[in-house]
Amino acid sequence: MTKGVAITGMGIISAIGNNVGENFKSLSSLSHGISYPEILDTVHKKLPVGEIKFSNKDLAEKLGLKSGHSFTRAALFGAIAATEAISEAGISENQLKDTGFISGSSVGGMDMTEKYYKEFKGSEENRRFIQAQHPGFTTTQIADHIGFKGFVTTPSTACSSSANAIMLGARLIKAGKLKRVVVGGTDCLTKFTLNGFNSLMILSSERCKPFDENRNGLNLGEGAAYLVLEDEEILKGKKVLGRITGYGNSNDAYHQTASSETGEGAYLAMNEALKSADISSEEIDYINAHGTATKNNDLSESRALQRIFGKIVPEFSSTKSYTGHSLAAAGSMEAVFSILSLQHNQIFPNLNFQTPIKETGLYPVQEGTRKILKNILSNSFGFGGNCTSLIFSTNGE
Amino acid sequence: MYINGIAGISAQDENSIFSGAPLKYHKNIIPAVYPDFKEFIPAMALRRMSKAVKMGLTASKMALKDAGISHPDAIITGTGQGCKQDTEKFLESILDNQEGLLAPTSFIQSTHNTVGGQIALNLKSYVYNVTYTQNSGSFESALIDAQVRFMENPNTQPVLVGGVDEISSVITSFLYLDQQLKREQISNLELLKSKTPGTITSEGAHFFVISAKPYTNTYAELIDVTLFGAESPEVVVTRLNEFLIKNNTSEEDIDLVILGNNGDSRYDHFYNQLQKGIFSNITQLAYKHLSGDYNTVSGFAMWLGCKIFKTGKIPQSLKINTTEGSKPEKILLYNHYLGENHSFILLGTP
Repeated sequence: MTKGVAITGMGIISAIGNNVGENFKSLSSLSHGISYPEILDTVHKKLPVGEIKFSNKDLAEKLGLKSGHSFTRAALFGAIAATEAISEAGISENQLKDTGFISGSSVGGMDMTEKYYKEFKGSEENRRFIQAQHPGFTTTQIADHIGFKGFVTTPSTACSSSANAIMLGARLIKAGKLKRVVVGGTDCLTKFTLNGFNSLMILSSERCKPFDENRNGLNLGEGAAYLVLEDEEILKGKKVLGRITGYGNSNDAYHQTASSETGEGAYLAMNEALKSADISSEEIDYINAHGTATKNNDLSESRALQRIFGKIVPEFSSTKSYTGHSLAAAGSMEAVFSILSLQHNQIFPNLNFQTPIKETGLYPVQEGTRKILKNILSNSFGFGGNCTSLIFSTNGE
Repeated sequence: MYINGIAGISAQDENSIFSGAPLKYHKNIIPAVYPDFKEFIPAMALRRMSKAVKMGLTASKMALKDAGISHPDAIITGTGQGCKQDTEKFLESILDNQEGLLAPTSFIQSTHNTVGGQIALNLKSYVYNVTYTQNSGSFESALIDAQVRFMENPNTQPVLVGGVDEISSVITSFLYLDQQLKREQISNLELLKSKTPGTITSEGAHFFVISAKPYTNTYAELIDVTLFGAESPEVVVTRLNEFLIKNNTSEEDIDLVILGNNGDSRYDHFYNQLQKGIFSNITQLAYKHLSGDYNTVSGFAMWLGCKIFKTGKIPQSLKINTTEGSKPEKILLYNHYLGENHSFILLGTP
């Protein structure tokens, strides 16, 4: 088994908490964060979402930003989560100068574009948000706020963006190109995505039911999460929370939005992740599944799981039943949850499940479960066929 | 790393650049000169595709053909602003219908990874596939990912790397409002003489097949690439020196620099300072008066570098100083946009 890349800090803000501790508490007490939109300005008041109940003004105050700032909502989330991550890892201001920052995002500052699109022409007031539409702007805002001066970039592969950010960060450290990098992603709820997924008819009007025969769609969510990755050489006895031991990326090459029936991309990504971790499928103790609760994803992912693991699929669950699907941020949020699982030897159960999917008969974990966990597989799949699987492992003393 | 197949779609065609009569425009938003997309994409599929997808898919197929391979080992795409045409279409339908009933097609095609996904679909390719969107560092991010793939595994087969950006009617026109574009309409060929804020923009797609080893038809060695932040020209010089040392190269070894000057009076001093200083004895080229400026335009610059190596010709219309060098063996590319996402790309003869 490969030793993997050390994770020395993590931070998160989601619908179930403003930091790692609050998220852990919610997951452990099976408390979901699904509600109706109150902050997002939309006519769809009856579509459940995993919304963070702070206005942009509240979030800006938390960060001590002056009025007239040009932070997007995703940048506000990102700055909060990244601050927590570097604080836990004990990164000094001086160390930030050569720390890289890789932050996945799919909609970037679309929240500002949709708010001011019709106003830009007539009024000068909000034109500072014109550039904000493009995800690189949000990443740069977070990097400037924190003071990251190393390599900065933004993977954008829809719902696998932050998983690809984690993968790139781990690869850059392994290849010796970076010593320290903060990786993850951020996305906020927008009218654009809510209406987009609604037009595809894959939003549920109730709390989502991942892996249930009667699942009827996903709940969108929002938030940000980051991990601090550090090279062995600079660890110097620092506490290691867990390790990234495997990663795989593959394209389903089937349809722009739908997953193939056999879950080819998912299968190949998981297979490659196992290969890169140099472990067998039996060594996976738990899977934090992509599990969006759409008809298409959950069947395709279940089939891919059966192809990888055969008759005995390890315990698995989708934590999107707590947070909703936070798109580009989902992969890094679920990375934080996976590391919490490793740290506490605890599986956070899949909520709202009743009946297994007919075609596959798989049961996700339904109750809080304690179990020695060494290796966790985490899946993230997105539009464009982009499939990424990550393996997180204990530090292994 | 070696560049074995190249393809470019831009506001110029190859002939006009190298024949000394670059295409002239008199507007600040310039559409690309489109190839016959039907040669590369079935007509049925073409109807649904935005310009970014048409250009990206076509350029990637041209590059693969040029390299003589059909299936790359990875597909890595950079796009600064993604699929603006479909984003614009879907956003306007949301706003104009007060979130009423909407057709999903433009939403489906609005994500930044649409081009990368469509390449995979078209080639039926399951390989590693990532899209980067880091403003003017998007193409460079894709190159860096490719570089890491070869570092991880020297047996990696050739990979496809490219950059693509399109113009759209409303979102691109916003660039006038925040002074990214010049308020006055200018002739593209006058861009570098301009003394006002802003630039001109265009669109394009540039794809490259990159391998670990040179082929007989190799265009160039891609020696190294770096992406960094710099608040002043002095920081750029420091980063340049670090970059050259890391690559066992000194400034005397550089025969040609291809610079991203875009006629923006607020930001061209980054280039000017290097032109007068460290690059003063080197043949200097600029290209954005031909290509316009957009987030993945360094793909155009890298394409130019490859062409210059291959043909041994340096187009007169690109020269911005009088220094005549020998036949170039090392070419350095430097670019930034609005003082952010600075990058160097170092090319060598194969």
